[in-house]
Amino acid sequence: MNPQGIDVTYVAQLARLQLSPEEIERYQAQLSQILSHVENLGALNVEGIEPTAHAFPQTNVFRKDEVRPSLPVSEALKNAPQRVNDLFKVPKVVE
Amino acid sequence: MSLHALTVAEAADGLRQKKFSSLELVQSLVDRMQKVDPRVKAFLSIDAEGALAEAKKKDASPPQGPLHGVPIALKDNLNATGQPCTCASQILKNFVSVYDATAVRKLREAGAVFLGRTNMDEFAMGSSTENSSFHPTHNPWDLERIPGGSSGGSAAAVAADECFAALGSDTGGSIRQPASVSGCVGLKPTYGRVSRFGLVAFASSLDQIGPITKNVRDAALLLNVLCGQDPMDTTSLPSPVPDFTQALKQDVRGMRLGLPKEYFVEGMDPEVEKLVRAAVAELEKQGAKIVEISLPHTEQAVATYYVIATAEASANLARFDGVRYGFRAENPHDLIDLYGKSRAQGFGTEVKRRIILGTYVLSSGYYDAYYLRAQKARTLIRRDFENAFKECDAIMTPTSPTVAFKIGEKTSSPLQMYLADIFTIAANLAGICGISLPCGFAQKMPVGLQILGPSLGEESILRVANAYEQATAWHKERPNL
Repeated sequence: MNPQGIDVTYVAQLARLQLSPEEIERYQAQLSQILSHVENLGALNVEGIEPTAHAFPQTNVFRKDEVRPSLPVSEALKNAPQRVNDLFKVPKVVE
Repeated sequence: MSLHALTVAEAADGLRQKKFSSLELVQSLVDRMQKVDPRVKAFLSIDAEGALAEAKKKDASPPQGPLHGVPIALKDNLNATGQPCTCASQILKNFVSVYDATAVRKLREAGAVFLGRTNMDEFAMGSSTENSSFHPTHNPWDLERIPGGSSGGSAAAVAADECFAALGSDTGGSIRQPASVSGCVGLKPTYGRVSRFGLVAFASSLDQIGPITKNVRDAALLLNVLCGQDPMDTTSLPSPVPDFTQALKQDVRGMRLGLPKEYFVEGMDPEVEKLVRAAVAELEKQGAKIVEISLPHTEQAVATYYVIATAEASANLARFDGVRYGFRAENPHDLIDLYGKSRAQGFGTEVKRRIILGTYVLSSGYYDAYYLRAQKARTLIRRDFENAFKECDAIMTPTSPTVAFKIGEKTSSPLQMYLADIFTIAANLAGICGISLPCGFAQKMPVGLQILGPSLGEESILRVANAYEQATAWHKERPNL
């Protein structure tokens, strides 16, 4: 682990966040500090320990495969920032 | 006594006995909100008109459920059809819910009337409600102090008698800590007890919905309504739901109460420690057996939590992309630019910080060192509790190491803010249940006692909490507003 290794500019790109230079500088410093606290985990002996993703995992939770009512299109589109007909409008993706 | 000062049980009983109407109750709370909320600022929106209309309907119809006509407030991250659900974020500023969260539906079916939406840290990320993008909430006991967080609006509203009870959500202490520092009762159920369907997700493996109330009985009453398996949440547990109020009939004689030695260490406010120890002594006097226990991985809990919670948050918050709902930035030159700009302008400082941290710990080259290692540490923390609950029936700790701090005091150091969550986050990592209830005052501010129980051990913690509450009068103290 190398806490100084966090490259906020790169990670922000992965997270689709356009940060200002000031934000990048501030997060760089704060996250380095937080990550050096997280370094504590490096001292733990976790050899042979299974990871926990959920405290009480439920597996194979199925319901009957039957048609049920779902959100009507008009409702699903209610909060859309922009729409055209019954669709979400987005900037052109394919040239 | 003014109607706004009632508890849920008193309101429900009074309605059944026709001592007052639902309309009178709602009107009394609306008046109270108009009087005190300009100073407390517990609410992001108040639906006075809707609540009054619904109360009239309730008064005109035969009682249908245990909360028939009882007004309740909702944290602003729980979907309720036709209501805003902003999560205190600019990105959801104009969002209107198109369906009910299961917890909300259950309250509705029990007859509850919804008063309004309580303030919170943006997307439930924070411990002070200062991260709300709309305004901070003020602690009713001292308006210069924070009400805790992230469910700070819910706790402040209950403490200020602006509602009888409110729902909150708890990912790392967000029900228990605000209840503690605002002088209320807050209960985080076992993971899976309450369906998360319709709760805006922060960290899906940690989030639980629960009640913030004026006393332990009300917490049990609301739990009766909220719990149960839900086909809409595959992580909800198939366990039967008991009548939790039955637990209130039992005393603590013969119960084994554990004191984790790692929780009574330096850094804690000595007055807080004294009050918690006095609460333990009270329960011992009532016949409980006090045992010292050890939770050896306590020190790693904060680091483990902030890796896992931010990792899950970074994935959950990917849905806010300016396409289907929420804020969209203007004039993007392509789709990637639309995402980047909308998210940058829509999310606040703390949310962005956590998304970056979460993205980093999941990113290629760092996943094993951070995320996977934290998941293994989580196993160790979970085992600590499994072992501890072989020796005791419930664990007693402070809820927060200090009383509420001043607004603005800790905003410059996120790490210091995170470290204050030390006593509450382990319960979320282990999935167990916990309750916080008032156990006295330090520097004239409320102090909370936390009682943690094993998985599905809500009856045990309610039993201990009620036994303590019955012997003390802290929960009856009200702030002078």
